Amino acid sequence: MDPLVRPLRLLPAAAICGLLVIVVATLSSQPAPASSLTLLSRDGRKTLPIAIVGDQEFVALDDLATTFQLAVREESLGAMTVSYKGRTIVLTADQSLASVSGRLISLPAPPSRSGRRWLVPVEFISRALAPIYDVRLDFRKPSHLLVIGDLRVPRVTVRYDPLGATARLTIDATPRAASTVSQENDALTIKFDVEALDVASPPLAPQAPQSLVQSVRLADPTTLVVQIGPRFAGFKASSEPVDTTTRLVIDLTSTQTETAPPPAQVPPELPPALAPAPSAVRTIAVDPGHGGDDEGVNGAGGAKEKDLALAVARRVKSVIEARLGVRVLLTRDDDRNVPIDERTAIANNNKADLFVSLHANASLRKTAAGAAIFVAAFEKSAAQGASTTGGRVPTFGGGSREIDLVLWDLAQTQHVEQSAAFAGILEQQLRDRIPLVAQPVDRAPLRVLESANMPAVLLEMGYLTNVGQEKLLTSDPFQNMIVQALFDAVIRFRDTVTGGGTP
Amino acid sequence: MTRRALVVAALVGVAAALVWALFVAVPRRASRAGSNTVAAAAPGAAPTTSGRKIKARLFYVSGDGMHLVRVERDVAYGEGTLEQAREILAAQVTPVAEPLVSAIPAGATVRALFLTEGGEAYVDFSRDITTGHTGGTSDELLTIYTIVNALTENLPAVTAVQVLVDGKEVDTLAGHIDLRNPIARNPAWVQ
Repeated sequence: MDPLVRPLRLLPAAAICGLLVIVVATLSSQPAPASSLTLLSRDGRKTLPIAIVGDQEFVALDDLATTFQLAVREESLGAMTVSYKGRTIVLTADQSLASVSGRLISLPAPPSRSGRRWLVPVEFISRALAPIYDVRLDFRKPSHLLVIGDLRVPRVTVRYDPLGATARLTIDATPRAASTVSQENDALTIKFDVEALDVASPPLAPQAPQSLVQSVRLADPTTLVVQIGPRFAGFKASSEPVDTTTRLVIDLTSTQTETAPPPAQVPPELPPALAPAPSAVRTIAVDPGHGGDDEGVNGAGGAKEKDLALAVARRVKSVIEARLGVRVLLTRDDDRNVPIDERTAIANNNKADLFVSLHANASLRKTAAGAAIFVAAFEKSAAQGASTTGGRVPTFGGGSREIDLVLWDLAQTQHVEQSAAFAGILEQQLRDRIPLVAQPVDRAPLRVLESANMPAVLLEMGYLTNVGQEKLLTSDPFQNMIVQALFDAVIRFRDTVTGGGTP
Repeated sequence: MTRRALVVAALVGVAAALVWALFVAVPRRASRAGSNTVAAAAPGAAPTTSGRKIKARLFYVSGDGMHLVRVERDVAYGEGTLEQAREILAAQVTPVAEPLVSAIPAGATVRALFLTEGGEAYVDFSRDITTGHTGGTSDELLTIYTIVNALTENLPAVTAVQVLVDGKEVDTLAGHIDLRNPIARNPAWVQ
């Protein structure tokens, strides 16, 4: 991104800044269910209206055509071709699948007609347009923001933890961005070295009047202002990179603890701000379902669940290991039948921090479609045994001590909450990328999850018994979507674990 | 020679007594004693009271393929919980025509049915329930809860059901749902 950014910095900076002020001011004043999409580029800002059909957001195809110089042609039989510099997207009226330069992609809904205009789901931008467009298109669905070109617009989140006489502000910027913190009267100014910030409005919910930090607001496109309370005595700021994020930690002290505290003193009970955050997810076990003579579901077109699960698992391993530095264990890396207990044993013996079993679904109704995530459920009859597992055991040299035994079969009972938390995060990450069933997270007495001694989920990626889904599941773009969703979910899950509980 | 003949006669007598004891007396006593704890029936054994019907709720796959739907049907009356359970299962595994779709694989038959005093039913299916299964977590859930709900919803005395295959306890039907313990009724899978 930098080689492009530097020459462009020579452009009249004032003009750009002026435009960006308007952009972010609009962004920050936008209500949550935005009715427009904000486009942010070096040329300035533009908004496109969003239409909501069902619970899906659509944009007009001709709006996109004007903005991105696309040629749209309506063919017979409800097909449309969208061309850009010799590259073509083919859309079909009642199909949520589209062809992008000959590759199949999936949209959350088919194109929809509104009067004489065609509407396409907003995901069209990231999934169909971005792959063929000359300039990078970075679509941020939650903030209804589309960043065009190599602008540095990090996502910024602010967390505030009051700790009695002290307090801590944690500000994460992703991708990494440098910042400087300075104090001006009763405010701390955090200036980021970027073109704009993608931040919630307000960045932090208003705090109590006696709180050390009272509010955080966006003062200009690249600056956050922290309003501090009357008890404020001093602060210490430090930042460190955490993967693709820069984490800025500001520790604040108050006047109440000591009569004359040195302004920049960090209370001893706080952990050193510069210490690297512990990475609670070091090893992930990925379990490709079935294998060998157990083929799992057989698709109408010949796809086998066992092959699909292994193909996706291998992709997950290569991407997460290379880009996240987390070890990924596969419970099988070839076409063989691994007993269920051995699958969890591999995860348990290697002290994996997360277990993800990959499967493809089947239904007797051939139209059933969508991915689902399962978390373990326990039958009362099985759980009754568990209550008797703890107890006192004799110790060497006389006496006895209390032990907390957990039956192998029920190891998962201790992790169900975390498993459900991960399932929720994964659902969020899958939602914008692939079709999901109506209720994507469910609980069931799944044999492979019950003995897992770590947070564990089973992902049914889609229905192989549905002809359209079978085509989708076996396509590269779909498998990459699953990998990307798992990758993002692991990062977010790790943040909730290392963030000390609730995010 | 006569002594030898006597020994042989005595041995034959003892053997005959043993055979009688093993195959006639003990089972009779066991069945009398066992009727308090475990009741067993093989399909087609005891005849039912002719013509009498009860209304029972049977379960089939919903239109979206992800749930079960209840369908009320006339089912032959059976004397006592065990016999009634047998009739309900027989009706549930009977092949149905579209638009109904059964989550129980075609060809699967009930080999035996046991009922414990604690309200747990053990249903032994022929292996077709495994070999004929489509696989997938959803379909497996629907197969299991078709059986569990058909018994537990219609028979208050039945609280949980364990599925056996070919007379043996199994881990799963198609690799997903844990069948090592009796499974209680779960209306969550019914629309």
